[in-house]
Amino acid sequence: MQRLRDLAISDSGFVFDPFSGATYTVNGTAQVLLDGLKRGLDRDGLVALLRERFECSTEDLPRDIDDLVQSLRMFGLVPGGFEVRG
Amino acid sequence: MNAPLTVAVTGLNATDNPGPGVGVIRSLRHCRDLNVRVVGLAYDALEPGVYADGLVSDVFMIPYPSQGVVPLRDRLAYIRERTGFDVIIPTLDAELPGFVELAPELAAQGVGTLLPTVEQLDLRCKAKLAALGDRGLPVPASRVLTDVAQLYTIHEVIPYPLVVKGPYYGARVVHTLEEAVAAFYKMVAEWGYPVIVQQFVAGQELCVLAVGDGDGGLVGAVQMRKTVITDKGKGWAGVAIRDPGLSQLTATFMKATKWRGPCELEVIRDAAGGYHVLEVNPRFPAWCFLSAGAGMNLPYAVAELAAGRPLTPLHDYRVGTMFVRIALDQISDMDAFSRMSTSGEVVRSQGVSR
Amino acid sequence: MSRPLYDRPILARHQTGLMNKFSRVASMQPQTHIDGVPVQTLTEAYGSPLFVFSEKTMVARYRELRDAFARRFSKVRVTWSYKTNYLDAICKVFHREGAWAEVVSEFEWEKARHNGVPGERIHLNGPLKTEATLRRVLPEGTLIHVDNFDELALLERLADELHLTPKVAVRVNMSVGSLTAWSRFGFNLESGQAMTAANRILAGKRLELVGLHCHLGTFILDPDSYREQAAKLAGLANELRRAHGAILSFIDIGGGFASHSKLKAQYLPGEQATPGFDRYAAACAEGMAALDYPAGQEPTIVLESGRALVDDAGTLISTVIANKRMPDGQRGLVIDAGVNVLFTSFWYDHDVVPAQPFGGISEPTVMYGPLCMNIDVVRDTIQFPPMRTGEQVVFRNVGAYNVTQWMQFITYRPAVVIIGADGRHGIIRKREQLETLLASEEVPSWL
Ligand SMILES: Cc1ncc(COP(=O)(O)O)c(C=O)c1O
Repeated sequence: MQRLRDLAISDSGFVFDPFSGATYTVNGTAQVLLDGLKRGLDRDGLVALLRERFECSTEDLPRDIDDLVQSLRMFGLVPGGFEVRG
Repeated sequence: MNAPLTVAVTGLNATDNPGPGVGVIRSLRHCRDLNVRVVGLAYDALEPGVYADGLVSDVFMIPYPSQGVVPLRDRLAYIRERTGFDVIIPTLDAELPGFVELAPELAAQGVGTLLPTVEQLDLRCKAKLAALGDRGLPVPASRVLTDVAQLYTIHEVIPYPLVVKGPYYGARVVHTLEEAVAAFYKMVAEWGYPVIVQQFVAGQELCVLAVGDGDGGLVGAVQMRKTVITDKGKGWAGVAIRDPGLSQLTATFMKATKWRGPCELEVIRDAAGGYHVLEVNPRFPAWCFLSAGAGMNLPYAVAELAAGRPLTPLHDYRVGTMFVRIALDQISDMDAFSRMSTSGEVVRSQGVSR
Repeated sequence: MSRPLYDRPILARHQTGLMNKFSRVASMQPQTHIDGVPVQTLTEAYGSPLFVFSEKTMVARYRELRDAFARRFSKVRVTWSYKTNYLDAICKVFHREGAWAEVVSEFEWEKARHNGVPGERIHLNGPLKTEATLRRVLPEGTLIHVDNFDELALLERLADELHLTPKVAVRVNMSVGSLTAWSRFGFNLESGQAMTAANRILAGKRLELVGLHCHLGTFILDPDSYREQAAKLAGLANELRRAHGAILSFIDIGGGFASHSKLKAQYLPGEQATPGFDRYAAACAEGMAALDYPAGQEPTIVLESGRALVDDAGTLISTVIANKRMPDGQRGLVIDAGVNVLFTSFWYDHDVVPAQPFGGISEPTVMYGPLCMNIDVVRDTIQFPPMRTGEQVVFRNVGAYNVTQWMQFITYRPAVVIIGADGRHGIIRKREQLETLLASEEVPSWL
């Protein structure tokens, strides 16, 4: 998880990965999730975090979380076998 | 010093196949009579001109021409709100149709341009260059092909060697049918149909940067011969020249087309002293800073005319002035790039309040 | 303080050349209605996917085309090119406006007759003219556009047998500017074949030569091509007049005008690249000026436009079945309409937008149809906002060739609906059902 912790994320959603030099854009939701993942939250913790920070209606939050984690795996920002706990 | 003028310029892609924007902006800044603020318009966060010191005050990203005029119109309205630009100088082939279409609307809002008409743009497109021949300009014999079989009899109308060209870019000199067929397929693979076959003319490659007034007259023109050419065929160094035959040719072109705005004529002068127009680019060339350096600042002239301001007569240019391009690495922190990629704008000046 | 609205999490990697966010999405508007009727009302009534045609747009395009030519030529005939879309309701709209019919098979010919078009107001084109077909159509005075010498011989024989003098036109192919010549249809101009065919018809006296015809191709963006075409046809007509004193009653310039769709290889979008009918008409008039005919005997200019009349009037509504994350990071959107119904997506990048208001960051998205085949991609990478399952997208300018070239594969073909000028809507082709398909099947007794 060191790669994730090393990411530099600006308020505007600009992300710089000092390890690879790659840059990304994230939206507010992803920004909150990255923060939660860095703190090691499990799935329930992440869902709770989203509900606390955003006006959520009927979305499938666990599925959206897995979608983001898949992107992180694809970009090598978390180890290949990484899964959210819970 | 004149009243301040805010000019928006595109083409900040100063790569090894450079867009003309940086040359246009440096020319504007070179002019001591012009109190100019420059707004850069970029298509990508990494266009080098965004990061050059002291080049553009503010930069805004604009939508690709392939997106159509509606997004461009919306985005320009926003940028105008933010910066209050008075004039736009587009510098890239692909974006010209969009800007030409928007020009009347922009004019109604008080934004000036100096652009050719749709018909003029059409007339100089590669596949139709022969039409310029009908208007009294010396163009090499050419044929537009859509079928490789047409090459088998091409020598009856245009003898070898030939130049096989793609519709937008790419050109190859061929001496035999086999080479021609190979070049044909290569052009099709890279650029699609049609393929243009042109008579090869040997001689000296000369260029003219000319600005037309839209009534058949010439605002000014600077002639140049390339002295260093890159493997992409781009001039990397050149020298200002004066050839009366070329001046004559430029005047003929202006009269024949009533061209409005800047353009570049690419011409070959053969050993017998004959001229052949190979191509007409409907915009400033990347080497346009030579015009400022040689004393006839044509980007300045275009900005003033587009703004509808009277132009003080241009000085003649100094023959023998050279340009030598250098590649240098700009240093930037992550900040400008981060702003370009998240908000699509970097505003360094105070902006204007309107 | 209220919390911000939830938005799907998105992490987008920056790629040079793909970082421009001020693209079409920035000004993309949802299309919630078609001619004033809510998309949702339509899918609730007729299902999804669903083709929807706008009578208003069809009529407007038709009149614009007719007027552009009528301003320049004293006699103009628009024929409706059946193959583009031969649903009866669509044909009726154009026939009501005055269009004749242009058909390329006996099936299309029967359909035109069924729609009330008299035989002598039908132009029969194409290579598929069997003896049986000709025996059926000749007594009704249908205009035959001759495609080849075998057909010519057949026509002469039938003329004798049936004691008729069929009215025929010579279909000509030619090389024009930068177009790939459709040289497999008709007689070649440059090689003199077309002149030979016309000479033979005029000398044989068993057929009446009434016209010349040339169809250059389809989706021709350069009006100049029609200038050249018209000039060459006029030149041929002049030659025939000089050689035989022949005066033709029509010159048919075919179809091929572009709609507002966008070819895959095309850089600029339709609203910029597609010339108005006026520019085509002007180019044609300039070329036709070469025609040397006595005053008052000018031929009728015949048009066979298909795509340009109906493409912009057709919309396909489709529903999102699933979202996927593809291995290359793109989003995959699975929708219920595939290349089986949107056949033209092989050649065109169709303009597609959500049918309901949307928000959130747009991402590079690929749209897949429901077929179990890898080729079923209805839209390559497009920047598209997030969509939920069950929401709808609309594909615009897809009215041409799809409801004739579609195929029935693994599922039923969808319903087709028309919206009238007054906002009424009704079905013009029912969604297929099991019975529709079983109706034409049989099982031999031994099975
Ligand atoms: C003979 C003929 N006429 C007319 C058309 C209609 O063409 P478009 O839809 O491009 O107008 C076609 C189409 O293939 C055709 O073959």
